Amino acid sequence: MSVDTATVAKIASLARIKVTPGDLEAMVPELNGILDWVEQLGEVDVTGVEPMTAVIPNTLRLREDITNADPLTGGGIRDAVLANAPAAEHGFFGVPKVIE
Amino acid sequence: MTNLTDLTLTGIRDGVAGGDFTATEVATAFNGAVAEAQEALNAFIVTTPEAALAAAAKVDADRAAGKPLGKLAGVPIGMKDLFATKGVQTTAASKILEGFKPEYESTVSQKLWDAGAGLLGKLNLDQFAMGSSNESSAYGKVTSPWRRPNDTAALAPGGSSGGSSAAVAARIVPAATGTDTGGSIRQPAAFTGISGIKPTYGRCSRWGIVAFASSLDQAGPMAHTVQDCAVMLEAMAGFDAKDATSLDMPVPNWEAALSGDLKGKKVGIPREYRIDGLNAEVAKSWDEGIAWLKDAGAEVVDISLPHSKYALATYYIIAPAEASSNLARYDGVRYGLRDLPDGANLQEMYAATRAAGFGDEVKRRILIGTYVLSAGFYDAYYTQAQKVRTLIARDFEEAFKQVDVILAPTAPTSAFALGEKTNPLDMYLGDVFSVPASLAGLPAMSVPAGLDSQGLPLGLQIIGRPFDEQGVLNAGLAIEQRAGFSAKPEKWW
Amino acid sequence: MSDYRIQGATGEWEVVIGLEVHAQVTSNAKLFSGSATAFGAEPNSQVSLIDAAMPGMLPVPNMECIRQAVRTGIAIGAQINKWSRFDRKNYFYADLPQGYQISQLYHPIVGEGEIEITLDEKNPETSKKVIGVERIHVEQDAGKLMHDQHPTMSYVDLNRSGVALMEIVSRPDMRSPAEAGAYLAKLRSILRYVGSCDGNMDQGSMRADVNVSVRRPGDEFGTRTETKNVNSVRFVMAVVESEAKRQVAVIEDGGKIVQETRLYDPDRNETRSMRSKEDAHDYRYFPDPDLLPLVLDDAFVEEARASLPELPDAKRARYEGALGLTAYAAGVLTAEVDTARWFEALLAATATAQNKPEGEVAKQASNWLLSEFFGALNKLGKDLASSPIDAEKAGQLLALVGNGTISGSIAKQVLEKMLETGDDAATIVEREGLKQTSDTGAIEAAVATIMANNADKVEQYKAGKEALFGFFVGQTMKAMAGKANPQIVNELVKKALA
Repeated sequence: MSVDTATVAKIASLARIKVTPGDLEAMVPELNGILDWVEQLGEVDVTGVEPMTAVIPNTLRLREDITNADPLTGGGIRDAVLANAPAAEHGFFGVPKVIE
Repeated sequence: MTNLTDLTLTGIRDGVAGGDFTATEVATAFNGAVAEAQEALNAFIVTTPEAALAAAAKVDADRAAGKPLGKLAGVPIGMKDLFATKGVQTTAASKILEGFKPEYESTVSQKLWDAGAGLLGKLNLDQFAMGSSNESSAYGKVTSPWRRPNDTAALAPGGSSGGSSAAVAARIVPAATGTDTGGSIRQPAAFTGISGIKPTYGRCSRWGIVAFASSLDQAGPMAHTVQDCAVMLEAMAGFDAKDATSLDMPVPNWEAALSGDLKGKKVGIPREYRIDGLNAEVAKSWDEGIAWLKDAGAEVVDISLPHSKYALATYYIIAPAEASSNLARYDGVRYGLRDLPDGANLQEMYAATRAAGFGDEVKRRILIGTYVLSAGFYDAYYTQAQKVRTLIARDFEEAFKQVDVILAPTAPTSAFALGEKTNPLDMYLGDVFSVPASLAGLPAMSVPAGLDSQGLPLGLQIIGRPFDEQGVLNAGLAIEQRAGFSAKPEKWW
Repeated sequence: MSDYRIQGATGEWEVVIGLEVHAQVTSNAKLFSGSATAFGAEPNSQVSLIDAAMPGMLPVPNMECIRQAVRTGIAIGAQINKWSRFDRKNYFYADLPQGYQISQLYHPIVGEGEIEITLDEKNPETSKKVIGVERIHVEQDAGKLMHDQHPTMSYVDLNRSGVALMEIVSRPDMRSPAEAGAYLAKLRSILRYVGSCDGNMDQGSMRADVNVSVRRPGDEFGTRTETKNVNSVRFVMAVVESEAKRQVAVIEDGGKIVQETRLYDPDRNETRSMRSKEDAHDYRYFPDPDLLPLVLDDAFVEEARASLPELPDAKRARYEGALGLTAYAAGVLTAEVDTARWFEALLAATATAQNKPEGEVAKQASNWLLSEFFGALNKLGKDLASSPIDAEKAGQLLALVGNGTISGSIAKQVLEKMLETGDDAATIVEREGLKQTSDTGAIEAAVATIMANNADKVEQYKAGKEALFGFFVGQTMKAMAGKANPQIVNELVKKALA
């Protein structure tokens, strides 16, 4: 499956990565090269094969419903949460105003 | 007195414990070596000599007070800059995390500090662990300490754990952490003549490690010897309740059970890995390895891993897909770079930030990942890849009914020059021998086997059954004992 | 078959409605992190590193959230999927720190179930309808954005980010605003009975996405629109009506309905298209690689089942059957779990105080609660939750009536005093001397006096005006200041008029 400039532009938009027309020019052949190459998977007979769900057999463990049981996974750490924020405002994360 | 920086991890551990030298002496020696090499190799993004000294001081004090010492007491290490270190910048070698100082410590690094190790600094890597040459870092390429004789061309240390491999090989750190998603511990270890092991998926916790591809990422040690790797892996591994994919199994005492005696063991040689046009020297190294393992008492068995040739394509669909989603959080809202052009709205801020913050290879993989998951293509690419992955895992399962470990080359070539591989696809092809074990979640290690005619290291790879790191380490030890690899890069920096 | 129709310019239109309800799960901690879930906390004070999507963070599911989803599924008679899986729904928004929501698209934890609704309380038997539920799955809630705190910035609060939600998806079985309203009210009631969600729509713990389409009766389903985050039953009904009318107008004007997401504006009572959706959403769902498949064993499901209280439909049937209440009364009493529980406490107290089986005093308790008590509470601007007296005290009051200590009309007075002072009935009756008398002699004398003073009416009664019987009884009761035992008054008046 080949991609053209329009498709790459659309994917870049979905991925929220701004691309200039110049970037696009360069990307299209690169991506096509890679995508053409991975196409080969289509030739594998996968009849009756389930997609891999767990690499190494393991079961999903559920945890107890205890608030802040582990300080590393609990809340009440607002300062830490905001410590690296580009625009922290009165305890909130500030972002450009959104109009819904 | 021995040059402290020539010591192995084990040598340092034993020397400190035995009082031959102090931890502070060790830390000081390595701090010096790090500083000396930084400009030339650029192995570190951030150096933390004070932290190394502080950890050493504590060990010395504990020892003086007769307190019990941890498994790695007095060993200073390099930490790949993918592990969150509290209060110390963690960048994943990307501009998008420049200046990010985590308020938390990754599980694996915490375990290392608890074991008495010290932090020499955060090691450079391919950006977001995506790469095989450490050329995609936003903080500059890493130059391998190895050079071809009479040639000053800068060589790649491998990737993505290129800072780790360069630092260990150059003896500016005795050991380093790496992560391996498609070969990022094993291949750089092979390129620089050191040892490195990727454990069974789930053996080491991924909590606090910047995620690249969740179903593939694994942390592991990189050091000079198999024993070093065993010691360090013991300290790094273990169940973590904060990681739902973590294995709830006790950590075996790998060091104690190390043995190069492979009597009764069967080694599988996968015929599909003898690819068309396989580099003659790599092939020769492989054959040598087979002979060594036979010598160690193993029976050599020819095996087939029929779907091997599809492993790379499978990997380069699954890993980018997972990465495209894992990297969505880097958006300039809560941490890291924010690029807010005049008048930009929220979505425009995202697009500008990510364009400015991500390097080319990262963008490439995010786009591929986004594409293969997108409507209309999901089944053809992603679902198909997940099914082929099942087949690849089954190939290994079948093989392990006949053999205990598998021997293969780690990489199809020795180190190439920086700047040599400009085509991304070309770079991906170098992962041909390492991705299958990643896809199947199997423990796999690389040990140095010898030098090629260019005077550059070649590595051999041992792949084992799930949870059988011991089998892998033992086979690695058998090779190490017979390979007699003692070559060191000449110090040109 | 509903006969609700939109009258368009060119004829009649049927409305097809489906509801997707997001219900916040009642649990201490969030779905994938240990942060608290309580409403109304300081911004970003209930946010963990995981909720803030810091680099390297990983989700670990909360057993209680899973359990609540299973309990809810069992409560609606749904199939519990012992194997289910989490998927990532990828999109970018400031309230979604990970850049994806962990949800369950392909393999939800609960399969098909159903909810029975009653459209006419007064005729429950003939106005029932079963609305199908397609599935329930568990997913993360998003954070909150505030837009009016700053001129150029929006503020993000992640307290709600990561709280567990159950998404309950109905089949498109509803055909009128009333059906939609009844379904939502019944679902809310069930959730509150089960205790898996508090149903506080004004706090946002339960919200509905309303899917509406129109068609000519008998035609294929039309294109639907989705109006998101509607947070009251009343608004849901209003959305159905206004959106259906809008769609009919568009179609009759020659236009086509665009499948889109809309928002409801309660001030204008209209829906409008959401601006921000430039590119059609491609969520690129794929199984979350940080989580293994969720496998539940039989013991887990059985424990969940055993933990359920009596549910509204079963309770209503029991009230009608074993307790002999009318369908209407049973319906009203069981509509809300708090009412039912209060009633059952009252019933127990009443039965104990009168030393009778519950079946015998149920009607008394039910009638009193529905006609006397609710009215009295209403007058004070209170409800059951804020009632100054508890079921125990109410039961004692009813016992005093039941054993003849006071009459029903005196009981009204006593109730007022109880509500005022919080004192118990016996104390008030004693203090104010309100005991009714069964002193036949005194009553006879009163009757005689009434008869004597109303000889003309006695004549009329004897001549056939039977309705006057009540007059004599009433006058006698008045003369005795309400304290005469009404039964005895009746007997004696009858005797006197014979």
